[in-house]
Amino acid sequence: MTAAVRLVGAAKRYDDLLALDHVDIEVGQGEFVAILGPNGAGKSTAIKLMLGLRHATAGIVELLGGSPQDIATRRRCGVMLQDSGLPKMLTVAEVVRLFSAHYPRPRPLPVVLAMADLTGLARRRIDGLSGGERQRVNYAIAICGDPEVLFLDEPTVGMDVASRHRLYDELARSSAAGRTILLTTHYLEEADRLAARIIVIDHGRIVIDGTPAQVKARVPGKRLALAARRALTPADFADLPLHRLQLHDHSATLLSNDPVAVLQGLVRRDVPLVDIDVTGAQLEDAFLSLTGAGAAR
Amino acid sequence: MTTGRPLLRPGSLGTILLAHTGAQFISFVRNVALSAVSVVMPVMLFALIAMSGADREYAPGVTFGAFYLASMAAYAVSGIMVFNFGVTVAVDRGEKIDLLMRAVPLPPILYLLARVLTALAFALIALVVLFGFAQLVVGVRLPLDVWLRLGAVLLVGSVQFIALGFAIAYLTGPNAAVAVSNLTYLVLAFASGIFMPMDSLPEFVRQIAPYLPTYHYAQLAWTTVGMDGAGIATSAGWLVGYTIALFGLALFAYRREEGLRFG
Repeated sequence: MTAAVRLVGAAKRYDDLLALDHVDIEVGQGEFVAILGPNGAGKSTAIKLMLGLRHATAGIVELLGGSPQDIATRRRCGVMLQDSGLPKMLTVAEVVRLFSAHYPRPRPLPVVLAMADLTGLARRRIDGLSGGERQRVNYAIAICGDPEVLFLDEPTVGMDVASRHRLYDELARSSAAGRTILLTTHYLEEADRLAARIIVIDHGRIVIDGTPAQVKARVPGKRLALAARRALTPADFADLPLHRLQLHDHSATLLSNDPVAVLQGLVRRDVPLVDIDVTGAQLEDAFLSLTGAGAAR
Repeated sequence: MTTGRPLLRPGSLGTILLAHTGAQFISFVRNVALSAVSVVMPVMLFALIAMSGADREYAPGVTFGAFYLASMAAYAVSGIMVFNFGVTVAVDRGEKIDLLMRAVPLPPILYLLARVLTALAFALIALVVLFGFAQLVVGVRLPLDVWLRLGAVLLVGSVQFIALGFAIAYLTGPNAAVAVSNLTYLVLAFASGIFMPMDSLPEFVRQIAPYLPTYHYAQLAWTTVGMDGAGIATSAGWLVGYTIALFGLALFAYRREEGLRFG
């Protein structure tokens, strides 16, 4: 079976910036792949090469075995970009109808609206929508043609928690139905939750290409901030599953993929904790703990 | 989706063209600042200038009303073309709607064609309103075939302004396009005697007018209502030349932009 996407030695240079440094990516049909990386890592560039929105400086780019510029190939793909605009004078329903016209077997309008959670907004004009609502319209445009391959560039940016989770459910359903999905994100949690395979990109290079478990072993996803009644020492944290421990007298910050184990370890050692704050780690922080090409810079 | 006609199958080029033409037409109508001005301004100017004295003879066999109607018709159609392309294309770029259009299976030429059809449809509306006003309110009397020829000549000749608008949209930024379109177009229209008759313009303007695209465009309209002029063939020749040159410029600007944003 032809690959959904194939990049071989693909590079993209913008003036003196090498945004993508000769990467090889092959995504098979039916795969759910997340491309993970901090801002400016080259994720969007990779997607734009795959879609023919940018031309590779070097290397081979194939979409469903053909050229991404080919209209027939593009009809089999749905796209949600991060920075594209919408015709703001039209209503949500009008926009979905407009974009459905490009595809040979479009999904019925009510189905698309329901899938993108836009049923109640069908008659609203684009210029009256919030950022998160516009993202849902972008998602509707991506899926209205019932595509075999779905590209989503940072799809959840600007969405509230409820919409984000509904989108996760939708994507899981599409994936279960055999669709190929390729999304970019800078949240490890999102990639982990959705994808069967994660490609980590930093500084235009692939740092890791593996299962979520393999990636999590090397990229910490949570940030813990702790405070104790006494000054904390490195001994308190010895042998616990963590990265980038920073001690400041009575408080500490660290990155970990297993915050529960860290806390249990501290409790076992009778560390008198007075405050705990667990948040999702910024990839920019998490990457500093990676050894390898990206982390060294 | 129930039509069995091959042209309108889902995903066919006809369906795509129709969908985009409809969407652009609706967008333009809802952009009242642009659409209402395009239709109302020529009528208002015509009313102000020609309401009194429309019947007096301006040239042998031509009333002032007929002459100024031809001027305003030229102003209406060329204005819609310049602004529909200069401004809305630039706005699309600024809001990155062009990026969205490239990400979907849409042949770029269809998007352009949808714009041309939208602009032509709007120009036709503006002409019908202006002609109706001239005939019913001001009482301009012209034979039916002259009305029809005037409309046809202006719509066909307006192709050069599509190119002009396009060139402006791609040579200037999204914000500058409105100002540049306005300035370029108003200066051209004014210097060609479209707002005020040539004989009331300063000498140096009268010297350069015969080299302007708007002048020859207006000449087509004036000749159609019976004025003496440079002659249809000469004016048409100028227009063809300008159309080719402006399309060349538009293509150059478009290619340059392509390289920068999608290279």
